[in-house]
Amino acid sequence: MITAHKLSKRFGDKRVLEGLELEVPRGGFVLVTGPNGSGKTTLLRLCAGLAAPTSGELDVDVERGRVGFLAHEPLVYRELTALENLDLYGRLYRIPERRERCGAMLERFGLWSARNERAGTFSRGMLQRLALCRTFLHEPDLLLLDEPFDGLDEAGAELLHQELVQRSGATSLVATHDPEALAAGATARLALA
Amino acid sequence: MTGYAADVVALARKDLLLELRSRDTLPAMLLFVVSALTVFHFALPAEASTRAETGLLWIAIVFTALLGLTRAFAPEREDGLLDGLVLAPCDRSAIWFGKTIGVVAFLALAEVVALPAFALFFHPLSWELVAAVALADVGIASIGTLLAAIAAASRARELLLPLLFLPLAIPVVIGGVGASVAEDPASFLGFLALYDAVFAILSWASFEYVVTE
Repeated sequence: MITAHKLSKRFGDKRVLEGLELEVPRGGFVLVTGPNGSGKTTLLRLCAGLAAPTSGELDVDVERGRVGFLAHEPLVYRELTALENLDLYGRLYRIPERRERCGAMLERFGLWSARNERAGTFSRGMLQRLALCRTFLHEPDLLLLDEPFDGLDEAGAELLHQELVQRSGATSLVATHDPEALAAGATARLALA
Repeated sequence: MTGYAADVVALARKDLLLELRSRDTLPAMLLFVVSALTVFHFALPAEASTRAETGLLWIAIVFTALLGLTRAFAPEREDGLLDGLVLAPCDRSAIWFGKTIGVVAFLALAEVVALPAFALFFHPLSWELVAAVALADVGIASIGTLLAAIAAASRARELLLPLLFLPLAIPVVIGGVGASVAEDPASFLGFLALYDAVFAILSWASFEYVVTE
């Protein structure tokens, strides 16, 4: 699913990734760990196609629109309500029975009662839940999650665990500072220096 | 409605809804264009030519558009939202198209106030002037949205957008003033239509390369 050979990424003179070798089979669940600035987020952005490598090869075998990307930012419009945000993404991803699906996701992540509130009024944890709804909305084949537990309370973390178990067929690359939280389901670890 | 048109409508609707709620852009555009016309009214001598008066209207329109374009990608820039849109399976030019429709709408609304103000301060409106303004809106929004996306990715965006946009707006001013005062406005209106077509196609085709690394 994901193959990287001598993958490097630099920003100006700053070397972020250098000569990375990676092979993630379809359905694999890889935990990406490393200190701040080690290139975890950069690796996820490269895999999502949001950035281009400086050198090396990266092959991500997934159709466009089949990637679920959870970034540091929730990637939702603060002036739109939770439901309007998901509806917009649902339209762009051409999800069949979009309204039902958006409602189901909001209910699953405990945001149904806040569906008509603007995202800008949400707490950090609620924004992360909404971001998770957006990430999983189109049932992606490839999950790229950057610090998915950020801002989540215990109940939110449990909901995310359940969602990941349900989606164990998807290929996942999860960057985290807390690998033990997901160690049970992981098929491999990648430690970046 | 399905496919490309549905994506464009969804994205344009989103921009209009954001402006309706935040009121970040349109009030500033309205205030600017009315203030500029008021200043021009008192600055120009009573015997000023129609060409001079019309020229100042076009300057006010171009700078009002610039104000709107500066804010065009503000929500996407501030929250990294372009990443979310780019990852969607829709054609990336739909993002440009939707945003362009939003810019045209804001500009048209500003002109709904600006043109009567111009008629009040200077001279009555002609159909040629209204047609030229309508054509110019399309061209300004087409190329302006592309340039706003380029500038949004840069650190010096407040500086970069006027530097890129204003030289490309000069033909709009020439065509707009010409259509308003020339004896043969058709050729100037044709020029504006050609400008629209060239820059709309160019922007539509190149937007994908602007939003991907």
